[in-house]
Amino acid sequence: MNLALKDIRHNFGRFILTALGIGLLLMLVMGMGGIYRGLVMEATLLTDRIGADLWIVQKNTRGPFAEISRIPRNTEDRVLTVPGIVRANSFVSHTIQRKYQDQPLRLTIQGLSWPSDKGDWLPIIAGRPLRQAHYEIVADKSSKLKLGDRIPLGKNTYTVVGITKWMNSPSGDPMGFMTRADAQAVQFDLPGEAIRNERTARVKRLQAIDIGSTNPQMADRAGGNSSGIPALGTSMVSAVLADVAPDCDKAVIAKKIAAWPDVSVYTHEEQRQLLLKGMVDKARRQLGLFRILLIIVSAVIMALILYTLTLDKIHDIAMLKLMGARNGIILGLILQQALLLGIIGYGVAYALGEWLFPHFPRRVVIVQDDLILLAVVVLVISVLSSLLGINKALRVDPGDILS
Amino acid sequence: MNNNYENPIITAVGLNKTYGCGNTEVRALREVSLSIARGEVVALLGPSGAGKSTLLTALGLIRPPDSGKIIIGGNSVFDGRLLVDARTFRRKHLGFVFQKANLIPFLNAKENVQLAMEINDASPREAGRRAMELLEYLGVAERAKSLPSKLSGGQQQRVAVARALVNRPSLLLADEPTAALDSVRGRQVMELFRNVAHEQNTAVLVVTHDHRALDVFDRALEMEDGNLRVSAILNQELEHSKELHSGERV
Repeated sequence: MNLALKDIRHNFGRFILTALGIGLLLMLVMGMGGIYRGLVMEATLLTDRIGADLWIVQKNTRGPFAEISRIPRNTEDRVLTVPGIVRANSFVSHTIQRKYQDQPLRLTIQGLSWPSDKGDWLPIIAGRPLRQAHYEIVADKSSKLKLGDRIPLGKNTYTVVGITKWMNSPSGDPMGFMTRADAQAVQFDLPGEAIRNERTARVKRLQAIDIGSTNPQMADRAGGNSSGIPALGTSMVSAVLADVAPDCDKAVIAKKIAAWPDVSVYTHEEQRQLLLKGMVDKARRQLGLFRILLIIVSAVIMALILYTLTLDKIHDIAMLKLMGARNGIILGLILQQALLLGIIGYGVAYALGEWLFPHFPRRVVIVQDDLILLAVVVLVISVLSSLLGINKALRVDPGDILS
Repeated sequence: MNNNYENPIITAVGLNKTYGCGNTEVRALREVSLSIARGEVVALLGPSGAGKSTLLTALGLIRPPDSGKIIIGGNSVFDGRLLVDARTFRRKHLGFVFQKANLIPFLNAKENVQLAMEINDASPREAGRRAMELLEYLGVAERAKSLPSKLSGGQQQRVAVARALVNRPSLLLADEPTAALDSVRGRQVMELFRNVAHEQNTAVLVVTHDHRALDVFDRALEMEDGNLRVSAILNQELEHSKELHSGERV
């Protein structure tokens, strides 16, 4: 006769409520682990997806994610001339926050190297990648934008042509993908008045220096587009991403480019570590500590619950002892209930988490290794927390039945 | 009635038990000796605090005495110290009934009886069959599936008796088993003890305050201040009560 099951059947409502409570607690533990995993995944998502061998950024910066990096766009052409480099693309990334349909719209804009990169590698769940050089955007589902939405950004309006899933920036913002030129247009958009002021100031500055009087052609162009004056300014990008030929040593090529006085170079793994150690390390440690605290709290609560359940049965346990029941029967009663509470609680946590976590604003990633680890932790907690109850039960005097 | 005093099922010699120390010291048992034969039903009477329950727990190896000797079924179980594993011995040789039925609340009547036998290594099938047999014998078979909370006090006590008897104990110890029952049901339970003792050849020692059912006992013992004695007055009362009830039955 299984006393644990009989007792549970008799107090079914209370047992289920207790298991539900433990399940909610375990769901928090599970969720905390998932948030940590999500944080790491979001932090490294873009670098992993792009998979570039080398990240060339502004000298002495840890850009483009950990800090701002600005390098001339023509760095891309210089990188391409290095023997062993098979591909180089400019990388533009910046975050905007606008208002769209009376709601705040926050997007991390990523510039794609049109026409070589149209975003075919993106995990598109609706719509399509980019098909034209301008005015199209592929946005992540978490931005709540829909296919066909037309978003005014700067002086242009961009149409949402594709929706991705789980493409968030290291800081958790949804990403929007457009051509690099469009991304830069959004990034460097200035009001007409600011442009006119800058052009006037530029003419004045030019007149004040030698080059203004010795180069009349430049003086003519100073009042026009800045793109017409290469010596005065060139468009800037966040980084240049380069792929190395398979038979070449990445470290050697990285060292060669890093010797240039205006750039720093990071390999894919170095960039990953910059993100993990620089951006999410403290959050990761904080979540880890909080997770440990939650596990301790869960263990204490479970121990108290099992102790209370044992106290409720102390008279019955005394009677069992008086009848001559072996300790194994009494231990089995408490331990089986503890394990059942743990197992049901774990099941509740998993089911609730599966239903609830996808609705969280940031990604919660539950991986199998974490699930197995938590299952082992729950089993250990169940056994340890039942020890208090077992200790009490074993010390019950069968003579108490007379009192 | 089987007064086989030459072959008693239980013999206790010179039992002593003291609670507390110094000013709070209470001698609950003073050189208590007794024998009970198989099939004999013995009443143990006395005022509160006389040491009746202490004697019962000592004989039941629940709270062993400080000194003395106890022999049950020919086995020396206590001789200044426990000579057997008390829990195993209780399981195999002793049955208990208390003022409260103390049934396990999450088991039905049959399961309560069955559990006691399963604890004693019987198969669930055999234990179930024997439990039903006893419940039928005690007249509560129709409530076999009922939880204790759905049974009356008398029914609960009968289930408790069935539980105490399920392992065919040599000695049944009952501590005021009728205290929570009305006089009619109390008498029914006492008669049940007598029938069980005589039909199953089990020795029964019942602690009671109830003089109205004295006729069901073969013998009456009295305790006062930790001393056990055979009370001549009490046994006269017992004989008188028997005559009275046999007259009523005629």
